[in-house]
Amino acid sequence: MIPLLQIKNLHVEVGGRKILNGLDLVVDKGKVHAIMGPNGAGKSTLSYVLAGKPGYEVTDGEVLFDGEDVLAMEPDARAARGLFLAFQYPMEIPGVATLTFLRTAFNAQRKKRGEPELSVPDLMKRVREIAAKLDINPEMLRRPLNVGFSGGEKKRNETLQMALLEPRLCVLDETDSGLDIDALKVVADGVNRLRSPERGFVVITHYQRLLNHIVPDVVHVLAAGRVVRTGGKELALELEATGYAQYQAEAA
Amino acid sequence: MNAEVRLLKTGAELALADTFVAAKPTLPGNGDVAAWREAAFERFALAGLPHRRIEEWKYTDLRALLRDAKPLASPPDASAKKRAAAAGRLPSDVASRRLVFVDGSFVAELSDLAGLEPGLSVRSMAQALADGDPLAATYFGRVFPVRDAAVDVNAALMGDGALIHIAAGVVIERPLHLVFATVADKPAAIFMRSLVVVEKGARVALIESHQGAAGIDYQVNTALELVVDDEASVDHVKIVNEGTGALHVASLMATLGARAKFNDFTFATGGAVVRNQLFLRFAGEGTTADIRGVNLLTGRQHVDTTLVADHAVGGCQARELFKSVLDGEARGVFQGKITVRPGAQKTDAKMMSRALLLSEGAEASHKPELEIFADDVQCGHGATTGALDGDLKFYLMARGIPAREAEALLIQAFVGEAVEAIGDEALRNALLDTAAGWLTSRG
Amino acid sequence: MPAVQETVEQVRSIDVDQYKYGFVTDIESEKAPKGLSEDIVRFISAKKSEPEWMLAWRLDAYRRWLTMKEPTWARVDYPSIDYQDLYYYAAPKTKAAPKSLDEIDPEILKTYEKLGIPLREQELLAGVVREEGSDTGGSRVAVDAVFDSVSVATTFKAELAKAGVIFCPISEALRDHPDLVRKYLGTVVPTSDNYFATLNSAVFSDGSFVYVPEGVRCPMELSTYFRINEQKTGQFERTLIIADKGSYVSYLEGCTAPRRDENQLHAAVVELIVLDDAEIKYSTVQNWYPGDAEGKGGIFNFVTKRGDCRGKNAKISWTQVETGSAITWKYPSCILRGDNSRGEFYSIAISNGRQQVDSGTKMIHLGRNTSSRIISKGIAAGRSQNTYRGLVSAHARATGTRNFTNCDSLLIGPHCGAHTVPYIEAKNSSTVFEHEATTSKISDEMLFYCRQRGMSAEEATALVVNGFVKDVLQQLPMEFAVEAQKLIAISLEGSVG
Repeated sequence: MIPLLQIKNLHVEVGGRKILNGLDLVVDKGKVHAIMGPNGAGKSTLSYVLAGKPGYEVTDGEVLFDGEDVLAMEPDARAARGLFLAFQYPMEIPGVATLTFLRTAFNAQRKKRGEPELSVPDLMKRVREIAAKLDINPEMLRRPLNVGFSGGEKKRNETLQMALLEPRLCVLDETDSGLDIDALKVVADGVNRLRSPERGFVVITHYQRLLNHIVPDVVHVLAAGRVVRTGGKELALELEATGYAQYQAEAA
Repeated sequence: MNAEVRLLKTGAELALADTFVAAKPTLPGNGDVAAWREAAFERFALAGLPHRRIEEWKYTDLRALLRDAKPLASPPDASAKKRAAAAGRLPSDVASRRLVFVDGSFVAELSDLAGLEPGLSVRSMAQALADGDPLAATYFGRVFPVRDAAVDVNAALMGDGALIHIAAGVVIERPLHLVFATVADKPAAIFMRSLVVVEKGARVALIESHQGAAGIDYQVNTALELVVDDEASVDHVKIVNEGTGALHVASLMATLGARAKFNDFTFATGGAVVRNQLFLRFAGEGTTADIRGVNLLTGRQHVDTTLVADHAVGGCQARELFKSVLDGEARGVFQGKITVRPGAQKTDAKMMSRALLLSEGAEASHKPELEIFADDVQCGHGATTGALDGDLKFYLMARGIPAREAEALLIQAFVGEAVEAIGDEALRNALLDTAAGWLTSRG
Repeated sequence: MPAVQETVEQVRSIDVDQYKYGFVTDIESEKAPKGLSEDIVRFISAKKSEPEWMLAWRLDAYRRWLTMKEPTWARVDYPSIDYQDLYYYAAPKTKAAPKSLDEIDPEILKTYEKLGIPLREQELLAGVVREEGSDTGGSRVAVDAVFDSVSVATTFKAELAKAGVIFCPISEALRDHPDLVRKYLGTVVPTSDNYFATLNSAVFSDGSFVYVPEGVRCPMELSTYFRINEQKTGQFERTLIIADKGSYVSYLEGCTAPRRDENQLHAAVVELIVLDDAEIKYSTVQNWYPGDAEGKGGIFNFVTKRGDCRGKNAKISWTQVETGSAITWKYPSCILRGDNSRGEFYSIAISNGRQQVDSGTKMIHLGRNTSSRIISKGIAAGRSQNTYRGLVSAHARATGTRNFTNCDSLLIGPHCGAHTVPYIEAKNSSTVFEHEATTSKISDEMLFYCRQRGMSAEEATALVVNGFVKDVLQQLPMEFAVEAQKLIAISLEGSVG
């Protein structure tokens, strides 16, 4: 069985600075992998490289998504293949209603995959159902995307998009940052509802707290651009107790 | 062909031509400088004085405003120097080094040239040109070449000014204060040009003040060419406190290197007709510039601030903020152009001009312009015109503050935002005091 | 490769020659001899059987035009126009005044079909009269189609006549309502106003005339389509709209033209007059041929549009979506004369290829407590230049003036330019002016976010651009907002990867 995601010896530079130094990672479908690490370890860089953000130069290594070389693909092609990145800082798009954004993205992916597009009423129905479960006021769907939304609202919006687009690999970039405990629970429940044997998750987080709600199958420690330790969910608790200091020393 | 009188028609234009012909033999600088003067005057002669059909002078029709061109001021005699001794005095806690110019000529005995810091050189421009000073030869007229009639006339007729050089890496703690005083008792014309070169990594603060006797319609055309090299830092404060009958046309032409810092502040309360032109070129990346100004005008004053910020290369940050308070029948004009050339990516430029109209007869015109040829930029401008906020004023009065004082408070708040940018605290307070004084004199 | 760099690569290979409306109708047309002279002016006047005073007016304008010089101040650069190398009159050959649409040359009707004129209007043009209540909703639109120099058909005249609304070609108005025309023509844009207005005054061939009587709310939207077909003709339409006291009318102007190698001149004049408590809403969706990728060919659009709020509480609203034309020079303006009058200007100006747009508005505040609002959205792509030029002025006696202006420009690609030149003049202290402008590109972050959600660079750009222009699109009559949106997407095709 081909793993959902295979990262082999990934080296990445940003603005001339080396951030990822030979990162290896394998994620099987149906599994939730947590990536923890100190600031500057390269966590966000990893998420951006997976999604294809410009400005990140891969100097060595490969990334295979379902066995396919993803690094050669445009961001929207990767999205159509089923890769979703929940942004740490979701963008505001003035003048574009949330619903319009959702519809455009949804149908763009469908078109790329050769699947039939969904009509406006059908799509709206789906969106409303998901929104209700995430405690999102339908009024918000009419407002311009993320404009004036609180941190919690933006993250719930990311979760709504994830649920609508039904990706196969979800990369959550510090989804818990800026959230209070209630918002965190809503978002975590939303993510957990999407867990399935066909879907894989990479949950990037600095704090262990999120992992109480989204319980991982595997935990990796990322330090100085490499995975330096891998373990089960207990590893997260261990990190909470000991901190990252020892790994920073090791990786140096 | 004798271009000197081809298109000149008005009395002032013809008088200027006569003045040039007569003054030419004695104006400092020969060889290249003389040729440069000649070329400048020819350009002027072809265009004449700027008038309202010239886009950049749309709101200040110099051809109409200049009824005549005054004769060149004579060098100051002893009594003139005596009258100028107290000019431009700042509060004692502004520990500046004074360089005094009276009626357009440098007066060493009134200036403070003792104990010049190592790396600082100061001399009279007239002397420098006469000596063929290499610094002048390198930069004079070349810092930011502009096609402008006022600058051309200045080039042709300039007599004296300051030539200042700060060597690389040198930090001058004590601000240099250029005092330009006009004490002639008869109307006269004064043309001056200064050149300040700040080498790599050096730092200096420049204060420039212009003042003259009330009621005399003298005419000042002054220019300052400023070179701010890479990593250098320059603070420039210009105080325009000309006499009530004066014409003051000033051009600042500056070029900024990379990773430099430039702060500029203009404070204008005097003069009958004032035109402050600032031509700023961003020639190196990573530079930040903060350009501000405050105009407090009343009576029938006309003050025109025209600014061109030319982003020739990208990666710089520029902020411009101008505030005008207009009382009586004063006219305030602000023209600010931000140009971003092709390829000047990552330019971050924001400009704001605000006019506060205090009386029925006051007028304000703004023309904030954006000329953008690169896409990865953040550029913007804002302009507002209005009267004092009635609600705020009522609030203050409801707390027992009389109307005039309430207005003064609000105006000070309005002006304060621009003044607070001045680095030197003592100078800042001095200007705030001047503003307070202006407000009290409103009555 | 970073998405931006790719975009840039692809910009270089744009094929701006995808102008959808680039075709020519093969019909016979009747033309006056080339060139401009007093004889041509007389010819035009005679063809339309105009009253003597109209001819005198034209000749006066023509003689004045001979003394004037073409203006050179706008930020546009174009090869000089040889005014003697144009036809000043071209009309499809047809019998004298058609009595019904059946008499219209079917080729012409086919042209309108190809233009994609909304189905409803096609049916109207074809003479299908809908029964009461069978409408699919929304207001009906009366269409006057101007093909080259002559109004081909005006529909719904009868129903409008019942309401007392006059909507007809100006040539017809000169015959049937000469006093009305004479009273108002040239009172907002005098023949001396500017070079192109003067030329128009001499040789204008047709255009719309609208008069809405006191207290009448025009029962439907009035619409006109213009099309320049003949080679080397200049289109000089003249529109005059009068809203009498307490009335309301919404008027829409849409334009297209076929592709040509020689430039074609479009020098129109639109005059609006609004009396007490009345309102005119004037919307334009302009899609003239913009020239090819090298900047060859295309329409020169030099237009003088001005509205006079003569009465108190009068209101004029200009909405424009400009996507075509090689060169655009137009400043729909409002003279806010009546106390409490209001002027609004909403604009989307898109330029691609090598187009040059210099457009904006003038709000002249003369009366007391007048207000104006300006929202301008410029989008520059390819190697185009896009300039907003505006004047907001409050006269000394215009106490209580208020203006809010917001101009934003979006740059797509590093080879175009977006410029803003506002003149803001207050001559009294009770004026409140607020102006803000920004210029930037669509941020890379925003583009990446949309692409990560599955949109291609082009889809993402179209989405963000739509959001950018939302405020203005909302001002368009519903029927045309959708058409405008499509037009925006088409005109940006090829500007992004």
